[in-house]
Amino acid sequence: MFPSRIWRDSKHRYRLEAGKCTKCGKIVFPYRLICPECGHREFEKVILPDTGKLMTYSVIRVAPSQFTDQAPYAVGIAELENGVKLLAQITDCDVEKIKVGMEIRIEFRRIQTDSHQGVLSYGYKFVPKWY
Amino acid sequence: MRDVAVVGVGMTKFGEIWEKSFRDLYVEAALAAIDDAGVDRLDSMHIGCMTSGLFVGQEHVGSLMADYLGQKNLAASRVESACASGGLAFRQAFIEVASGMSDIVMAGGVEKMTDIGSDGATYALAAAADQEYEVFHGATFPGLYALMAVAHMEKYGTTREMLSAVSVKNHHNGAMNPFAQYPFEVTKEQVESSVMVASPLRILDCSPITDGGAAVILTTVDIAKKLGKPIIKVIGSGHATDMIALHSRDDITTIKATMVAAEQAFKMAGKTIKDIDFAEVHDCFTIAEIIVMESLGLYEPGKAGEAVLKGETGLEGSFPINTSGGLKSKGHPVGATGVAQMVEVVKQLRGEAENGRQLKNNPKTALTQNMGGSGGSTLVHILEVA
Repeated sequence: MFPSRIWRDSKHRYRLEAGKCTKCGKIVFPYRLICPECGHREFEKVILPDTGKLMTYSVIRVAPSQFTDQAPYAVGIAELENGVKLLAQITDCDVEKIKVGMEIRIEFRRIQTDSHQGVLSYGYKFVPKWY
Repeated sequence: MRDVAVVGVGMTKFGEIWEKSFRDLYVEAALAAIDDAGVDRLDSMHIGCMTSGLFVGQEHVGSLMADYLGQKNLAASRVESACASGGLAFRQAFIEVASGMSDIVMAGGVEKMTDIGSDGATYALAAAADQEYEVFHGATFPGLYALMAVAHMEKYGTTREMLSAVSVKNHHNGAMNPFAQYPFEVTKEQVESSVMVASPLRILDCSPITDGGAAVILTTVDIAKKLGKPIIKVIGSGHATDMIALHSRDDITTIKATMVAAEQAFKMAGKTIKDIDFAEVHDCFTIAEIIVMESLGLYEPGKAGEAVLKGETGLEGSFPINTSGGLKSKGHPVGATGVAQMVEVVKQLRGEAENGRQLKNNPKTALTQNMGGSGGSTLVHILEVA
């Protein structure tokens, strides 16, 4: 993975920066040039809340090449307090104890170690609130 | 618009075809379709292929395949919509003939998936998802459909048994298809004890990694009559997309792109789901067949799983689905799948399906549904015996 590709998305992945449509209020993550709800083209910067609820999840046992060393690992979709939905890994817990509806918080973690360029990439993961 | 008919179909045996290359697979299927149609020329060719660049390092597929098919200077192009690439090739050919631009057009599809290892194939297939916001985090294709399965189970009480019933049914049908990759029966117990890929989906819930090619020839109804082939008309075509990332969609227990594409196809055909006799749908995972049945309007949301358990979609059922064995048993060479669905429905409509899987009730009208990614795109077509 080329460093510029990771750097380009760092504001989303490191700081959870999203865009709020100044016309209809739709929050888009990551940032977009045009609102998918109303077609407006201006957004103000907002930071996503770091807590939410798990809507669905799966424990991945057959992983793509860049994640084989991490398998098995859980991924899920969580709905944050402002209604924005995200997909991320669920970490720091026994995967057998994950449940739909459980409360999560977002933490900053290492996501993958790319073998070709040796670049580490970071971003957000979900951690169960009870942990 | 001119009336369009499918006059020739052909496909390779699906499977791990070590002795045949990317180009061999396509040309073999294309020649079979040309021979079946009895045409002596092509005006153009659309080839569905998802990611030959990642699978075999080959792009510029139009030039390569026209060359090896012996069609000097043919207008040939590759179209891509992930696993719906084949369906898209069919639609492009349909539009081209219907518009009057060309008279005899091939829609083909091909994928050579076993020249790389399984983690490489998992990576290549994941390219159909949102690379930066799904794949980056470790999501895989079975993983995304697993997220849909868990959500569907939570909302509607869909069960493990219902998923297994899809796999058992499709393997039963595929066991009678000489072109299928896995032409054998599986039991509920085998499905439920097979290795876990992405919970709750096990390996026997997943379509396999497959090499294969398929091709069909479309022409005007007038030319079809002169060729003396049975007239299988294309009466409806729909194509829609949706947000690429699963988490961006309002409801992940349904596939909106399929709903919209089906509406378009039904409107063009002047028909409803009640007028359709049988269908080939995109069962890349067992849960996909259940969700697609609901998205097509065949069953109310949450009711399709029960219908599969009752046998309503079996060969003898009220609405047979995936008589070919589906992606599950027949195999899923991603770019070829949408075209291979056409091969099956044309065989069924002609009364030519092999080995006892021919539908007995003399079917007249068929539907195909082919989707890309986790439902980010869908093609729906309706074909009818003229």
